Amino acid sequence: MDFLQTVKIALRALRTNKMRSFLTMLGIIIGIAAVIAMMAVGSGASYVISQQIASIGSNIILVIPGSTTSGGLRTGSGGVQTLTSDDARAIMTDCPSVAYASGTVRTSGQIVSGNMNWSSVIMGGTPEMFEIREWPVVNGRSISQEDENSASKVCLLGQTVAENLFGSADPVGSIIRIKKIPFTVIGVLERKGQSPQGQDQDDTLFVPLRTAQRNLVRSQRSGIVGAILVKAKSEEVIDKAESEIQSLLNQRHRITNSKEPDFTTRNLSEILAVAEKSAKAMSLLLGSVASISLIVGGIGIMNIMLVSVTERTREIGIRMAIGAKKNDILLQFMTEAVLLTMLGGLIGIALGTGGATIVSRLLGWPTMISIQSITVAFVFSAAVGIFFGFYPARKAAGLNPIDALRYE
Amino acid sequence: MSDVISLADIRRVFTMGDQQFEALKGVSYSVAAGEFVAIMGASGSGKSTCMNILGCLDRPTSGQYLLDGLDVGVMNSNQLADIRNRKLGFVLQGFNLLARTAAVENVELPLVYAGFNSRERRQKALMAIEQVGLAGKENNHPSQLSGGQQQRVAIARALVNSPAVILADEPTGNLDSTTTGEIMSLFTTLNRQGITIIMVTHEHDVAAYAGRQITFKDGKIISDSQTGQLV
Ligand SMILES: Nc1ncnc2c1ncn2[C@@H]1O[C@H](COP(=O)(O)OP(=O)(O)OP(=O)(O)O)[C@@H](O)[C@H]1O
Ligand SMILES: [Mg+2]
Repeated sequence: MDFLQTVKIALRALRTNKMRSFLTMLGIIIGIAAVIAMMAVGSGASYVISQQIASIGSNIILVIPGSTTSGGLRTGSGGVQTLTSDDARAIMTDCPSVAYASGTVRTSGQIVSGNMNWSSVIMGGTPEMFEIREWPVVNGRSISQEDENSASKVCLLGQTVAENLFGSADPVGSIIRIKKIPFTVIGVLERKGQSPQGQDQDDTLFVPLRTAQRNLVRSQRSGIVGAILVKAKSEEVIDKAESEIQSLLNQRHRITNSKEPDFTTRNLSEILAVAEKSAKAMSLLLGSVASISLIVGGIGIMNIMLVSVTERTREIGIRMAIGAKKNDILLQFMTEAVLLTMLGGLIGIALGTGGATIVSRLLGWPTMISIQSITVAFVFSAAVGIFFGFYPARKAAGLNPIDALRYE
Repeated sequence: MSDVISLADIRRVFTMGDQQFEALKGVSYSVAAGEFVAIMGASGSGKSTCMNILGCLDRPTSGQYLLDGLDVGVMNSNQLADIRNRKLGFVLQGFNLLARTAAVENVELPLVYAGFNSRERRQKALMAIEQVGLAGKENNHPSQLSGGQQQRVAIARALVNSPAVILADEPTGNLDSTTTGEIMSLFTTLNRQGITIIMVTHEHDVAAYAGRQITFKDGKIISDSQTGQLV
């Protein structure tokens, strides 16, 4: 018997009991939809994290003042002022695995332009900072070494700051007041989006480090920086760079075995990689929880197929009496089961995709549907049909023709 | 004429739990090609049991069954399915059509398993339907046909794959006398075309259409008479 005919017979059998076929499929539909939606939410989350990794820049090590453990207690990183611009320069020149290093200071304050004002984060950094963060200027120019050396009162605006102060007008060349001090806007930075902590990175204003140290922040000594941003030369040497920085700073700060270091290094990409991994694990977990409902759906299919075999015993008998082989019967019932689950799978994929889209629209969650997860879901639904359809089909094929014919 | 069917000392023992019942107690007979045989006997005498064995739906407990000279006893279930499909046409006791399936599709069914394509199937099925006098009713479902018409669909299905032998178990069992007459003349016509027919019946006037009557009693043949055809 040809396959097309088998499919036709199976489709007819399913159509005879439309409502029952639909209800049977429902388990698979819900299961597949849940798997697709969960995977979409999960991979959306890990996609966002990987975007964020890209947005802070790759191979970044952050050096912050204070020890991670100080007598068993963590000290706040802002509490001590131990790092200086000289430390940053030394890291850049003396550590062979380091590409760039920049001291940074961070403060916040009121920014006024004409009659507009906006409160935002103000960062001071050397020109290397923009290399480290891979953050180009889209309009105007970046902060130069001369600006840094002469502590000139120039600034770069993040997109959010520019929009709030200038709207759609071109800010380059305008004078704004930061903490009442006039600055010239020399450029606008490219849009970065959210940081891994969920802050708007574009709501930031940048000035040369020395300018910030002299005019915008207060410190006990001159040349103090809040943190040092370092970019390693490559991903492979990032651990090496970290230990080079540690030994250099230990030396510069005269840290010996008996003295706790007064600084901490953090590998940012590593932290995010961990976050990404846990997001992936989460999506896998959600997916596997959802796939339990697929198994439940499969059991529903098996149940209905068994009922169907019993109901159609006479039909099976007739088919056998006129020449159907065991395999013909087996194939017929398997096809029915697989068609049920595949149809359910297709509907489930449509529902899951739609559901994920609605979730991302309504709740603003990032979702991502991959061709891969759709393929896996489809193949899986067919496999459920084969697996759970086999037993009932074999039961049908194993019937004795006369017993089947006599069945009331 | 050569024998299409030859039974030698066929026994069939049914086992139910620890009880055994011998439905056929050594049945032997041969049917030559082109014969029209009626099998008679009281209810429970083993007629259907014997027909099921002839139809390769059941296997004898012992004894030998040769169909067209081939020993059916040594065949596997796939070979038996093929025999049922190609050599035999079975008109089952009761109508046994697929419900919610058009007459023509019921008739096509053996051809589906024989591997014909859909055009050939439709063509042969329509021919068979015309042969049993049901032209115009091919798209009716069994529930939209009278008892006699349903039985004719079953006969059309039995003869669609041009079998050598048609086996009919009480083909007129629940039909009125007019319809019975029509079915019997249909069988007579088919028999004249060379098809061997073996038919179980309770009624003597139905049996009279056949050229030979075999009578069963308690699982044995008690008479086998050649009367010649009446009609
Ligand atoms: N599967 C079975 N299991 C047990 N006993 C059976 C089975 N099939 C038939 N029998 C017994 O075998 C005997 C013969 O049955 P069979 O169906 O051949 O009778 P029959 O001659 O066709 O009767 P009827 O004219 O009523 O159709 C009966 O006594 C019946 O009870
Ligand atoms: Mg009977």
